[in-house]
Amino acid sequence: MKQTSQLGAHAHNFPRGRAAELPKETLLKMYRDMVEQRRFEEATGRAYGLGKIMGFCHLYIGQEAISVGAAAALRPSDVMMSAYRIHAQAMARGVPPQAIMDELFGKATGCVQGLGGSMHIFDIAKGFWGGWGLVGQQVPTAAGVAFAQKYQSTSNITMVFFGDGAVHQGAIHETFNLASVWGLPIVFVVENNQYGMGTALSRVSSLEPLHEMADAYKIRHYEFNGMDLLESYDAFADAVDYAREHSRPVYLEAHCSRFRGHSMSDPGKYRTKDQLEEEKAHDPIPGFAAFLVDCGVTTHEALEAIDETAKAGMKLILERAEAAPWPDPELISKYVLVSP
Amino acid sequence: MAQLLFRDALNQAMSEEMERDSRVYLVGEEVAQYDGAYKVSQGMLARFGEKRVIDTPIAELGFVAVAVGSALGGLRPIIEVMTYNFAILSLDAIINTAAKAHQMTAGQLSCPIVLRGATGAGGALAAQHSQSLESQYTHIPGLICLSPSTPADAKGLLKSAIRDPNPVIFFEHEALYSAKGEVPDGEHLVPIGKGDIKREGSDVTIIAWSRQMKQLIEQADAWSEELGLDIELVDPRTLRPLDMELILASVKKTGRVVIVEEGFQFNHVGAEIAYRIQRDGFDLLDAPVERVTSIDVPMPYSPALEKLVLPNADRIKAAIRAVCYK
Ligand SMILES: Cc1ncc(C[n+]2csc(CCOP(=O)(O)OP(=O)(O)O)c2C)c(N)n1
Ligand SMILES: [Mg+2]
Repeated sequence: MKQTSQLGAHAHNFPRGRAAELPKETLLKMYRDMVEQRRFEEATGRAYGLGKIMGFCHLYIGQEAISVGAAAALRPSDVMMSAYRIHAQAMARGVPPQAIMDELFGKATGCVQGLGGSMHIFDIAKGFWGGWGLVGQQVPTAAGVAFAQKYQSTSNITMVFFGDGAVHQGAIHETFNLASVWGLPIVFVVENNQYGMGTALSRVSSLEPLHEMADAYKIRHYEFNGMDLLESYDAFADAVDYAREHSRPVYLEAHCSRFRGHSMSDPGKYRTKDQLEEEKAHDPIPGFAAFLVDCGVTTHEALEAIDETAKAGMKLILERAEAAPWPDPELISKYVLVSP
Repeated sequence: MAQLLFRDALNQAMSEEMERDSRVYLVGEEVAQYDGAYKVSQGMLARFGEKRVIDTPIAELGFVAVAVGSALGGLRPIIEVMTYNFAILSLDAIINTAAKAHQMTAGQLSCPIVLRGATGAGGALAAQHSQSLESQYTHIPGLICLSPSTPADAKGLLKSAIRDPNPVIFFEHEALYSAKGEVPDGEHLVPIGKGDIKREGSDVTIIAWSRQMKQLIEQADAWSEELGLDIELVDPRTLRPLDMELILASVKKTGRVVIVEEGFQFNHVGAEIAYRIQRDGFDLLDAPVERVTSIDVPMPYSPALEKLVLPNADRIKAAIRAVCYK
């Protein structure tokens, strides 16, 4: 995992230690959320292998400290928007895992009734606005949602995720400018897992360190270790507060790694086994577990029990998804236009 | 004749033309080190080197527009877009630059690009990744549009496309890459603007291309038997300019036409074909032209629904019966 240290004019150091002061119950919930996300994605991978899930399917394994840290910093009325590697982010936002798995199975009980599948998870009531498949497209769209939040004088903010592969899309640069000029309450988050599909960032980018790009647009920015839940929460909490308080954009670079291939069909030959093992040594889950035990928040046994419960839960979720009904053919044209 | 996969036929076409003409280069996302998202450019980086097989960042407007500029500057880029859903981002370069350059400069410039990549519904890829946007391009004067259904046509047409001095848009159905077929040995060129009869028949003409044609080739014998009608399959291969001569010759024989197309229905390519048939072959027709397209909705993910949206056997057979009053 690469960390960079050059800092530009709008670089900022966020205060550390806020996460460690969260109530014990919150910390335990955050741990449980990470574990459930991990087990969910493992279950998803198995179901995909069995042909129960089809199409493109991108797992989040390795990046859970980001989804959980981000969600913990947001209010329920805020908006979170993302790309296609989203099962775990949706869970972090409170979308029921059953509704996500049913969606992956293409069933009527899925969160978008079987219309979307893996890449298009949405649950607007939970503040999870999907679910977008064109690399980068969610970024200007999210800025538009932030525009609406500001226009309507809400105190809500929008947080949008994109990958290191997306940062070269022109629309993102146009959006940074607009967000800065118009003072939009938005937190841009680049999840830098160092690869866009099989392409290592350094091969195609002149932007590294990625967060420095915000300097050109006079946007506050900083980077953090996205494999560390405490640091992740601290970074997000500061960014969210700032965007809300000042109605200004913030740009965060989360250094992270995905432990699986780009999608289920990617054998990942561009990464050596050793490199992958090195990355896995930074697994956010054992790291946070050690913290919880060291601080006396809980015991190893209690954490084990959380994991066992999560595993058993996933088994049930798969069974229910299997048994769930297929969508009705009428659904095909039901939502093409808003009905009168 | 060799049996080749569709993707390997494309690879041969590009490689042969790159051997032949040093101005030809390949550019796109994942085309070099990853050997292509659909492995079409397998081995080409090793063979031609980094100067001529070039990976790009994900920036469709930027890299397509730059490649278009390089064509104005004297090169002959083959631009791979991972899929045509993503090429939407590059439409400014294609529609406003590539398609206009020759005419706007009164012939002083030309723009010999080939834009190529995956189109169509690959299987449970949902609304944003399953589109057949051919008619977006056939709508534009100044563009040539090609859509092969077999490995032989893929190779022959792509070679012609690379040699053509105009901007050529080349559609490869995502579900065809692993299809196998005979490809003639040696230099094999398929002319632009010439269709092909994929099956001779006397009772009804079915016009289709790309994956839909492949499926029809597989079904035509059985359906001819089942329906008691001898089906003729006409593959225009080039969607613009259309080989109306071939199409009308077939209509003259059968008097009955069904057009099968995977794109959305409203303003689809087949609508133009149907218009021309009725204008130039009104007296040849024994029934109104029927069409079978995808249903006009964003593609649902659920496999249970996707199969209802795409053209399917039931709908195609119903259309055949309708034009034959059976
Ligand atoms: C506009 C567009 N171009 C290309 C693609 C194909 N594609 C899907 S994901 C991806 C890589 C994106 O990488 P990154 O942004 O780093 O996100 P990550 O997958 O690492 O989460 C590519 C090239 C696409 N979906 N949309
Ligand atoms: Mg990435």
